[in-house]
Amino acid sequence: MSDADTTADAGRPTDEHADDENDAFEPIEVFPEAESMDLRPGADSCYKCSTCDTNCPVAEVDEEFPGPKFQGPEQWRLKRQDDHDIDETVMKCSNCMRCDSACPTDVPLSQMHNTARGAYVDDQMNTLSREYVRNRLLANYRRLAPLAATFPRTANFVMGLSAVRWLGEKTLGITSEREFPEFATETFREWFTARGGAHVENPEKRIAYFHGCYANFNTPAVAKALVRVYEHFGYEVLVPEQDCSGTPMFANGMLADARRAAETNVRELAGALEEGADVITSCSSCSMSLRQEYPELFDFVDTETVAANTWDALEYLRVHEDLEAALEGAAVGEEFDDVVYHAPCHSRNQGLDSQTIEVMNAIDGIEAHDVGDSCSGISGTYGWKAERYETSMAIGEEMFEHMAAAPAETGLTECPTCSMQMEHGSGYPVYHTLEVLEAALVGSEADGTE
Amino acid sequence: MAIEDDVLVVGGGLAGATAALAAAREDVRVRIVSATQSTLRQASGLIDVLGYPPDGAGTEDPIVDPFDAIADLPTGHPYERVGADAVRDALEFFDRVAGDAYAGSHTDVNALVPTYAGRVKPTARYPAATAAGLASDPRDTLLVGFDTIPDFDAPLAAGHLEAAGVPFAVRGVTVSFPGIERDDAKVTRYAHLLDRNEPVWRGGSETGSRAALASVVEDRLAGESRVGFPAILGDDHATAVRTDLEAALDVDVFEVPMGPPSLPGLRLEDLLYGALEDAGVRVTTGVPVVDYESARGGADDRTGADSDRIGHVVVDRNGAAVPHRADQYVLATGGLVGTGIESDREQVTEPVFDCHVAHPDDRYDWFVDDVFGDQPYARFGVDVDRDLRPLEAGGGLEFSNLRAAGSVLSGYDFAAEKSGSGVSLATGYVAGTRAAAEVTS
Ligand SMILES: Cc1cc2nc3c(=O)[nH]c(=O)nc-3n(C[C@H](O)[C@H](O)[C@H](O)COP(=O)(O)OP(=O)(O)OC[C@H]3O[C@@H](n4cnc5c(N)ncnc54)[C@H](O)[C@@H]3O)c2cc1C
Ligand code: SF4
Ligand code: SF4
Repeated sequence: MSDADTTADAGRPTDEHADDENDAFEPIEVFPEAESMDLRPGADSCYKCSTCDTNCPVAEVDEEFPGPKFQGPEQWRLKRQDDHDIDETVMKCSNCMRCDSACPTDVPLSQMHNTARGAYVDDQMNTLSREYVRNRLLANYRRLAPLAATFPRTANFVMGLSAVRWLGEKTLGITSEREFPEFATETFREWFTARGGAHVENPEKRIAYFHGCYANFNTPAVAKALVRVYEHFGYEVLVPEQDCSGTPMFANGMLADARRAAETNVRELAGALEEGADVITSCSSCSMSLRQEYPELFDFVDTETVAANTWDALEYLRVHEDLEAALEGAAVGEEFDDVVYHAPCHSRNQGLDSQTIEVMNAIDGIEAHDVGDSCSGISGTYGWKAERYETSMAIGEEMFEHMAAAPAETGLTECPTCSMQMEHGSGYPVYHTLEVLEAALVGSEADGTE
Repeated sequence: MAIEDDVLVVGGGLAGATAALAAAREDVRVRIVSATQSTLRQASGLIDVLGYPPDGAGTEDPIVDPFDAIADLPTGHPYERVGADAVRDALEFFDRVAGDAYAGSHTDVNALVPTYAGRVKPTARYPAATAAGLASDPRDTLLVGFDTIPDFDAPLAAGHLEAAGVPFAVRGVTVSFPGIERDDAKVTRYAHLLDRNEPVWRGGSETGSRAALASVVEDRLAGESRVGFPAILGDDHATAVRTDLEAALDVDVFEVPMGPPSLPGLRLEDLLYGALEDAGVRVTTGVPVVDYESARGGADDRTGADSDRIGHVVVDRNGAAVPHRADQYVLATGGLVGTGIESDREQVTEPVFDCHVAHPDDRYDWFVDDVFGDQPYARFGVDVDRDLRPLEAGGGLEFSNLRAAGSVLSGYDFAAEKSGSGVSLATGYVAGTRAAAEVTS
């Protein structure tokens, strides 16, 4: 309906379901393993404005993808009417969750997609297929990483071999276009233990760091920066036991794997909360997962408490410290003179897309250029799949153009896979915001704990 | 600590964006917090000021000069609250922000824009992409529709326009859009193809999508000097797309506004957000304001009335409660569609500050059975004084440092009177200007 033409009555208070409350409502089992989830109110509040569709980066470049409105409320209704299969195109959704924050009436689109994807994988996907094996492998990167981290140099060498990448493409459908991320020679947890744990003890100011897999195994510099910046402000940093946040598992419909990981995380983080800590993450997909996807998909005792007490690292400092005052007069090395910033979709959805530029502007000498609201296109494991590589690069094209146009040749972002895509498409080195804060607040001199 | 600013605008639609832009002209720190995207993506991108009188919608002829008609509006109508001069100032402000992207500022008189169903709509400002299509322009016209976009039936629309007595000959043809096969492809897909001039198959070889589209239309031209397409001609590079088509076809090209989702609406949103960035407004989207804490009534309360001040608001960040503090606040959360006004079976409420929303006790009086009738619910919203400050049931101020703008306001039915964007602009402009003035005073 559009006011461009007819009288819009979009605002009419809905009366159609007025009698439902009296009629005994019979829940119909839609997605068998998700009995506890009643998505009907969500599906009902869709009034088909298609705003979600205009936000979907996949639908914009791939004509074959029917878009979030179809994957969410429409598929839900179809499935409910008769014995409809879940449409296989749901696997083309990258779980960027852009549609979620687009909907004017709060239809829980990504929750619907995650559930539909889970049902599709469980009921319709052949567990012996190459695609399933590959997806499971990508989703469970966390399981492989410790092994590679034990022999990082060998792993890096082997992964870098073109023969291995070719084999990866042929046998597993993992694109040979990309460089495998390097494994660090010392994981963050190893480093943290070696330095003797936290250097600050403070029962009043305590955080539990959820570092996730990537900062631990691949970019410990980011995790170290977090520890140093928080210690600079007098926080005691706890590093509880943890599993993968589950993001790659949701995106691949591996809900059982995700549930196992989530159970560990919720239990361990709830324990840290009891010790008076708030949960802090340095990866935007990890915080998205703990804050939004866990409560949408799981019902462990402490799921909600953990969600309500989880924060993004920068967000927390802005609210609890006078960060801008602390940054006044701070200087950073030349490498950060000009940076081009990309806000990850999962930051955007948490209302965090503008904070980095705001904070960078407070540091003298840094020019931070925002690339705008384009999606990087890699979306975790998505861009690793041979059949998705081109879509992923087509989505990223706009970001690459903006990066090239900005007067900077250093990238900045908070998401590890966006960072890979930025590097891949531009050749620029890409840093995490915490690394800039570390340089500004602690100095490039490490605190002697290297 | 809280996130601190001088002016905090709750809601990032047309009203909120305008309020923030207007406030940012002063030396004050302005922030928008908006839960979701605005209804602009669904609106046509046209800026309607007043198309029909409030009580005669559908029965009377369209209004010729909306500024004239403002004097006759009933007390409580948002335009009556701010006054005709403020409406004019707001439009001038919009014209400066929009620059070349919009037309219509040369006259007070409503323009008549052909719609996708072949009606003619009175509007005050229209995208440059629509300019060549005005119904007051006597040039013969070809409308081009696509078999994959059933919402725009070009031959039917042409027939309706002729029947409506437009002063030109108009013909409609339906063609296939090169490079698109699915009939449910998203509008963003068409725009993307043209924006990037992506190669598509045409006549056995690959051609840029713009040239391919021109060649499909070329054969169908019969001497018309302007050609209208549904509004899908590009997003980021819409002007280049249109210019290329015009050059290839040697005619003027225009867009016919479409129903939701709407690319002209999207482009307007991009334009406003670009302006906000240039103006240094801080923008936080994707999270709602869910609550507030009040502070004691301040001495700067100009009315001297005994009203509360808002101390800070609470933003819900996926579960975590983040305080945001400012001196002045603007409520621009939209109407029933933008969720600024909520209704359940019992009552109609304004959920953020719990401002009073007048409505009949009996919910059966909220609407009339005739869908096209004068719907009471369409006017539900917060009542405000002439400074746009929300009023309690008894007429006192709700808060001394809160103003409201846009479709959260009561007293008008934007769909019936075709005044949606105009009201959002005028009230947003006034609310933002006054909020900033209060900070600097
Ligand atoms: C389908 C449709 C077609 C239309 N067509 C036309 C047209 O052709 N011409 C015309 O002139 N007008 C048209 N309009 C009307 C016009 O778009 C609106 O009147 C105008 O844009 C409303 O602007 P707004 O800023 O008041 O509200 P909205 O655009 O609704 O914006 C409100 C914003 O506030 C946010 N918000 C709500 N609650 C909170 C909260 N608690 N915390 C933070 N943020 C919040 C919302 O997410 C939203 O972004 C149309 C409207 C609709 C729905
Ligand atoms: S944005 Fe929301 S209401 Fe609109 S079509 Fe998508 S799900 Fe439905
Ligand atoms: S999550 Fe992203 S890719 Fe998936 S449907 Fe939503 S917008 Fe599209």
